[in-house]
Amino acid sequence: MTNAIEVTSLTKVFDKLTAVDHIDFQVRKGEFFGFLGPNGAGKTTTIRMLTGLLIPDSGNIFIDGTDIRKNPIKAKMKIGVIPEMGNIYVDLTAKQNIILSGRFYGISKRELEKKADNLLEQFELHERKDDIVKVFSKGLKQRVNIASAIVHEPEILFLDEPTSGLDVQSQRLIKNIVKEMNHKGTTVFLTTHNIEEADILCERVAIINKGKIASIDTPEKLKRTFEQTQSVEISFDKPINGSLIEESRLVSRIEKLGDKWKLYTENPDRLVKYLAKFAHEHDLIFTSMEICRASLEDAFVKLTESKKHEN
Amino acid sequence: MKISNFNNQFFRGLKIVTEKDIRIYYTKTPVIIFGLLFPLFMFLSFSLGKDVDFYIFFPGFLAMFLFFISSSVGPLITPWEKQAGTYEKLLSFPVTINTIIFGDIVAGMIFGIMINLVILSAGLVFLNYSLNVLILIIGILLGAFCFSSLGVLLASPSAPNPSHIMMLSSLIRFPLIFISGIFIPLENLKGIGRILSYFSPITYLVDIFNFSFKAENHMSLIIDYTALFVFSVIFIFLSNKFYKRNLMKGL
Repeated sequence: MTNAIEVTSLTKVFDKLTAVDHIDFQVRKGEFFGFLGPNGAGKTTTIRMLTGLLIPDSGNIFIDGTDIRKNPIKAKMKIGVIPEMGNIYVDLTAKQNIILSGRFYGISKRELEKKADNLLEQFELHERKDDIVKVFSKGLKQRVNIASAIVHEPEILFLDEPTSGLDVQSQRLIKNIVKEMNHKGTTVFLTTHNIEEADILCERVAIINKGKIASIDTPEKLKRTFEQTQSVEISFDKPINGSLIEESRLVSRIEKLGDKWKLYTENPDRLVKYLAKFAHEHDLIFTSMEICRASLEDAFVKLTESKKHEN
Repeated sequence: MKISNFNNQFFRGLKIVTEKDIRIYYTKTPVIIFGLLFPLFMFLSFSLGKDVDFYIFFPGFLAMFLFFISSSVGPLITPWEKQAGTYEKLLSFPVTINTIIFGDIVAGMIFGIMINLVILSAGLVFLNYSLNVLILIIGILLGAFCFSSLGVLLASPSAPNPSHIMMLSSLIRFPLIFISGIFIPLENLKGIGRILSYFSPITYLVDIFNFSFKAENHMSLIIDYTALFVFSVIFIFLSNKFYKRNLMKGL
């Protein structure tokens, strides 16, 4: 069985910046695949190459066995693309937008009318189907955007941060519909910078940073890496010996940053309680304290380091 | 799901892109200003309060209107879509860049022909011409195609705002009007003026119109039609190059 998406040695360079650097991965048919990375990591460049918008400098992309560079139209017929935000014609109505998209895929007029009505119902847009999209909220616009991208029932759906900046109701609705499509067999490729979102939705997640893939694994395993990169930053009114804090065994790594200490921990809550006790016992005054949540960059560094150790 | 043959993809895409352009862009303010009001004001400034023989100048005015109207839609579409974020979506559909370019050209062409027919009808009511209809129709079709292609080419540079492209398009379109034989008949143009006029596609359409309205022309019709065709091919070729080069710029 061919994979839904196959990428080998994919590279894109803009001027002197290597946005995507020789990446390889496969997405199985029917899989919900996450592409996780911080802003500027190369997610959008990758998705644009996968959907035929950008031509790679080198490497190969196969969409359901079709080389998108050699046969872009055939490959595009199989995919639906939901770019980041607001990519709909605001001068058209919600229904007109959906019908316009469907016509590009050669769906007959009668079938398209039926499909558009079903989608409007599904996305809770039926009452506003004849309203010009210009007056819609961000969440409603994104619903129209998604409805028009799935009207032809694509085999593979690409979503570029689809819920970013949306209200909770729209986020939930969109996630449910995409999950339902995946249950029915649609392969989903989701880019996000939100580990929680990837954890809820994806079967496997690739982490990309500075154009390189650090790891492809299940969200659960990646989440563990994230937890290890949480930290507490503290400083006291007097210098202390860092090894005293290390004795607590709550800290996996300690870094000294000027007059501050960065303490990496899997459990910031327990560490903060321990530090309060420690400060009291040693007659110290906190001059600053901050709990730093795990960042994708930290996780990337950790994943890269562990990869080097494995090698 | 019924998915029709891939062979129809180009024409289907072209039809949908054209219809989308017609529905959205014909009524946009820049199209009204740069496509309809500009040539109207130019016509008024040339004719009001002056002793103008409309029988002589009407073919030239008709060519000027066709030029302005047909080339007014193209410069707006791509910059507008890039700014609105819809261009990325359009590119994700099963269409090639050429389908989009031709769809935009046909939209500009239809706009130009429609308005031109209204002006032509008004002119024929007041002026008594013995018209060579076939020559005129071919001229209008080829002229509209050529000017609309120029309009699409003018949209190819990457600009952060559609108004920048509209200004650039005016910078190019106005000189092309002035060096053509609209305001000064070709036979009265001398020296560098005459040479420059051959670089404007409007010159050839004015010549075709002069022949079809008054059976007077400066060059042979074969040259006129060939010139318009060659200009169109050049504009489309350059559009293809620049659109591909600037595809992702401004998204």
